[in-house]
Parts: sequence; structure tokens; C-alpha cells
Amino acid sequence: MDMLAGKVKMTDQTLSANLDPADMIDHPIRLTARDVTVHYGAKQALHGISIDIPDRAVTAFIGPSGCGKSTFLRCINRMNDTIEGARVGGRIELDGQDIYAPDLDVVELRARVGMVFQKPNPFPKSIYDNVAYGPRIHGLARNKADLDEIVISSLRKAGLFEEVKDRLNEPGTGLSGGQQQRLCIARAIAVGPEVILMDEPCSALDPIATAIIEELIDELRTNYTIVIVTHSMQQAARVSQKTAFFHLGNLIEQGDTEDIFTNPVNKQTQDYIMGRIG
Amino acid sequence: MNTFIIAGLLIVLLGLAYQMGWSKSRALATPNGLRVHSRGQYHGTLVALWTLIPAVLVLAVWAFFSPGVTHWYIVSQIPTDVLTSLDQVGLNQQMQRIRDLASGFGVTGELRPFEQAAGENLARFQLLSFLIMVAAAAGLGILGLLFARRRINARLRARNEVERFISWALIACSAVAILTTLGIVASLVTEAFRFFTYVNPLDFFFGTVWAPRFSSTGAGDAGQYGLLPLLAGTLMISAIAMLVAVPVGLMAAIYLNQYAHANVRRVVKPIIEVLAGIPTIVYGFFALVTVGPFLRDFGTAVGLNISATSALTAGLVMGVMIIPFISSLSDDILNQVPRTLRDGAYGLGATQSETIRNVLLPAALPGIVGAFLLAVSRAIGETMIVVLAAGNAPILRGNPLEPVSTITVSIVNQLTGDTDFTGPQSLVAFALGLTLFIMTLCLNIVALYIVRRFREQYE
Repeated sequence: MDMLAGKVKMTDQTLSANLDPADMIDHPIRLTARDVTVHYGAKQALHGISIDIPDRAVTAFIGPSGCGKSTFLRCINRMNDTIEGARVGGRIELDGQDIYAPDLDVVELRARVGMVFQKPNPFPKSIYDNVAYGPRIHGLARNKADLDEIVISSLRKAGLFEEVKDRLNEPGTGLSGGQQQRLCIARAIAVGPEVILMDEPCSALDPIATAIIEELIDELRTNYTIVIVTHSMQQAARVSQKTAFFHLGNLIEQGDTEDIFTNPVNKQTQDYIMGRIG
Repeated sequence: MNTFIIAGLLIVLLGLAYQMGWSKSRALATPNGLRVHSRGQYHGTLVALWTLIPAVLVLAVWAFFSPGVTHWYIVSQIPTDVLTSLDQVGLNQQMQRIRDLASGFGVTGELRPFEQAAGENLARFQLLSFLIMVAAAAGLGILGLLFARRRINARLRARNEVERFISWALIACSAVAILTTLGIVASLVTEAFRFFTYVNPLDFFFGTVWAPRFSSTGAGDAGQYGLLPLLAGTLMISAIAMLVAVPVGLMAAIYLNQYAHANVRRVVKPIIEVLAGIPTIVYGFFALVTVGPFLRDFGTAVGLNISATSALTAGLVMGVMIIPFISSLSDDILNQVPRTLRDGAYGLGATQSETIRNVLLPAALPGIVGAFLLAVSRAIGETMIVVLAAGNAPILRGNPLEPVSTITVSIVNQLTGDTDFTGPQSLVAFALGLTLFIMTLCLNIVALYIVRRFREQYE
């Protein structure tokens, strides 16, 4: 019953969020990308993407499979660096700072730009250690009490604390799929990121777990800049304020979510939203 | 000669059977436009199988009984008075003479009156029994052929029957491996028990002196068969080998798996695996000729007394031998750790070595431990390197710089040049072999259990 109530509440919230004119005011731009290209070996995956991503809002990337939306997402925290043969061109700035500059510390960048993956990927460690991992490697806690505080508040923000507070020392892999994904969100939050990237975070989850995560995303956007890749247009419509439509490695159209879904300018966007490309 | 005749006959018969099955199947299909369940080749194969199996069964029965029957026939050809005068060795010689006469090989010395006739009779008997056997095999084969051909109709599920035959054939092949293992274990166990009738098991398993006498010195002086010096030597050398192989092998695997560029990996991985293809005898004389003297000279230089052949020499070289084993297995296991886990750590801002230490290795640990255990069982069973480089000194002591001996070396020593399996001197080899077998078996079981549990976690 609780879950259902939550779901209804969530729908109300997001609807009002999308319709509320106060929410439509322009947020300051956090991330800018200009002419970003990606090659995997000889194959070009992205053809000059330029986009501005606003602060403290949810930006959704939509598009059919293989359209480059995940590839672009992985450029934002330089995860493409870990793929052999991937080359990134163009310019991406976070708060005016070029994240592909030679002297940029990738490790620090990834601490500022957290990521949640398609498949929940908790480490084979305890729930506590999963969340504490980031703060530990970055030296964010001076002592045990500090670390406890970070872990608990991260689990709270991810809406998982009440469910796991009695078993923090049990393995994170023992949780359900939805709980694992919220654990991964808590793990990302624990490092204190400014931007959170989510790569189809609900695609491996059932509808109830999906509803809980969507509600969580909506709560998180008051504190974080969120970019979410999704193949579900309904999800994009429910959780995002800005939407960008990708097709075949090109950014076709971007704008306020409401505009994209009610009044798309581009023919391809129309076709996708009407379900004719897919 | 006979074998070729049989094989030729069988092949002709099989070809014929296949052709007959195939043509009948075609005849069914073409004129009536019938929907035939199986294609012609399956009907052909099925008929050929029905021909092959009875014929081979006849051959197998013949191969099983013919030595016994021939033996009985030769004995029946020897007059009773001669027979009673012969002891076991004499009888064997007499029978061999008759066989040699029958085969036309001829014998030396004077022919005894009955021998000529016995030889001719035996030759006739062998020819006759061979012809009967061939006729029986061919006859049953043809019967099978005709029966199978009669069965062919549009609804015969020849395809499924051939499939069933294939699965049985595969089961039979794996049974060969299992039965061989069981046979070896059974022989080890029975011979080891024969050894324990000479030597008290407690003296064997807990004895601290290894001093077997050679059987030529007489049965009264059996010597002492204490396992502990050999066990200590085996474990010491294995430990040294693992101390070398585990760090090097694991680091090599991590480098190849995580750091090396794809092109480097393509070149380096096969080279490391070539190391595993070097015959162990080559490692052995490498140890004896190069490593041992080097260690001795090195010892002199730093004021240590290191023997050229010692546990250290053998252990170091064995460690090098095991490196590819560990690196290759560890590499496979690291590959099985899902990429998403690594991405998770990178996404949190972990560096490469942090990711490997905190995420990759813990996730792969059970599998890597399994690989280590498999490598230990390799080290325990390794023979050639220790025969050449360990020094063959079965004395219980803890200094790795001095010569030792191992279980495998002692087996070699007890069996070479003395194959009269009647005294404890050679039977002890079976007890040692059984000990070795049980040790490696336990290690392998534990290792496979660990590896399997790890696999289940990620599939």
C-alpha cells in the first residue's frame, strides 16, 4: 500500500513540477558541450553534440538503441577513457572548466560527477562498505564517526536507510534489484558529487522499484544536477525538466521536456515520440 | 594382416549399408511426394549403425575369448604325460614353441614328436576360428542391415535414433576416462595394501627415516620406509615454487588483464603460455646446469653454504614452470569479473590500482585461490625437475639450502631397474603414489569447489 501511495504522490509531484511556471525559470547552466565527437576505433559514434545542461534539474537523453545517448553520457565523466580505442573530440566544460584539459585530474572529476549504471553493480562487500568506499578512497572522513555519518545520510538520501539499517554489515549483493540500485545511488551520493549521471538506471528493475527510483530522482534534483539516459519516453516525461533527443549519433532536438513531448519541432523527434522510430 | 582384412570388410559393408538405407529413403520420397520424417543420410546412417554394432559386438566377444580358447586348445594338444612333467615356466615355453610352429616362425632345437602335429593343428584351428568369426560378424552385420532396411518408412524417426546413438557414443567415451581412473585407483589401492602387509602403516606414515634396501640384499633386510622426510621435501619445494609463482603469475595476469594495450596482450599472452609448453625435463636440466651452480656461487659470494642441488634450486625452477599456469588461470578469472563492477569503482573516482585492489581482486579472490590450489597440486606431482635438481637426499631437515628428496623422486628410484613387484622395495612406490594421489585429489576437489562457487556468483 505504501508503495502505491508513493507512486500516486510521485505522479502528482512530477506533473505539477512540469506544469508549474515557477519551475520553468532558467536554471544556470552547469555543463556545456560543444561539437563533441566520439570514435570507437574507426567507427564514429557521435557527430558533434552541442548541449547546455542546467543546474539542479533533471535532463533526460532519449532516443532509440545505439543512438549515442549513453556514449555521450560517458563523456561527461570521462568513463570512455576506460574503453580501449575510444577517442573523444570537441569540448565539454563543467562550471567553465574544460574536463578534457591535459592537467585535469580525472579521479577528482569523477568524484564531482557521479554515475549510476544500467545494471545495479554493488561491490561484493557489505552495504556499509559499499557506501563507505568512495569517502574512504577520497579521504572524506576524518574518523569513524564521520564516516558513519556520511554513510547513514547517503543511505537516507537514497531512501534506503530504513530498509537496511539493521543489516549494514550484510553483503550488498544480497539486496533486491531495486534496493541494489538505490545502494548504488547512495554510493554515488556519498562522495558528494555535484552532477549525477544515470545510465538507464531502471532498465533492469520491475515497475514498483522503478517508481521508487523515479521518486528518488525527483527528490535529488533539488540538490544535484542530474542527467539521465532512458529508453522510456514515459520516464523522461515523468522525471525530467529538459529533454534531448538523440538519433544515429546526432543530437536532433533539445528543449524543455514539456515542449519536446507536446510540440516537437523536428520530424524525427515527432516520429520517435509517436513510436514510429524505435 | 587379419586386422586389415576385417577393417576392409567392415568398411565395404558399411558403405553398402549406408547406400542401401539412403536409396530406399530416396525411393520413398521422390515418386509419392511423401513427407518423409528423416532425410536420406539419416536412414543411411541408421542402417550402417545397425550393421556396424552387431559386427563389432561379435569381434569384441571374439577378442575377449579367443586367447583363453587358444590357450585351452594348445594345452589339449600336449600329451598328458608331457603336461604333467612340466612346471609353469616349462609349460609357457612349450606353448610358445607350438605357437611359433603354427605361425611358421619356426623353433630352434630338436622337434619333439607331438610338436609338429600340434603346430599344424593349431594353425588350422586358428584359421578356422578366424573364418567362423568373420562369417559370424558379417552374417550378423548383414542381418542387422536387412532388419534396419525393412524398418525404413516415411514415419521412421531415423534422425532421432541417430541422435540417441551419438549421445550414447559420447557417454561411452567419457566412461573410458572414468573407468581408467577407477582402474588406476583400484590398482594403486590393492598394491598399496600389499605393501602394508610388509610394513606397518604407522611406520610408513609417521616414520622419520627413509632407507629402503634394494631387494637384492635379501628379504630379511627390508629397510625403513618413513614417509615424513619425503613429505617434508615435497612440501618445502612446493612452498618455494608457490612463493615464486604466485606473486609473479598474479602480477603478470593483472598487468595483461588491466594495464596492457590490446596489441601487447596479443603478443605477450601466447609467449607466457609457451613457457607452459616447455617439457619439464628441459626445466630440470636448466635447474641442474644453470640455476644450481649459479646459486652455489652466489652463496659462496655472500657467505652462505648453498648446495648446487637443493630444495631452493628445484623450488625456484618449478616456480618458473608454474607461472604461466597461474597467470593464465588468473587472467581467465579476472576476465569473468563483470565490467560493471570495474565501471562502478571508476565512476566513484577510484584510480586503476585502487579499483584492482579493492574491487577486482576481492571479487576474483575465490577463483584465484582455486587456481593457486590447482597449481599446488601441479607442484606436488611434478617429477622431472626434482629428480634432477633436488639432490635426492631423503633426510628430514628444514634447511632449503640443502639437498632433499620428494615423494615423486622416491617413486622413480624405487621403480627404476627393479620391476619385481614382490618385495616392499618396489611395492612402496604404490603406497607413495596413493599418498600423492590422495593429496592432489583433495587439493583439486577443494579448488574446483571454490572455482565453481565463484562462477555461479556471476553467471
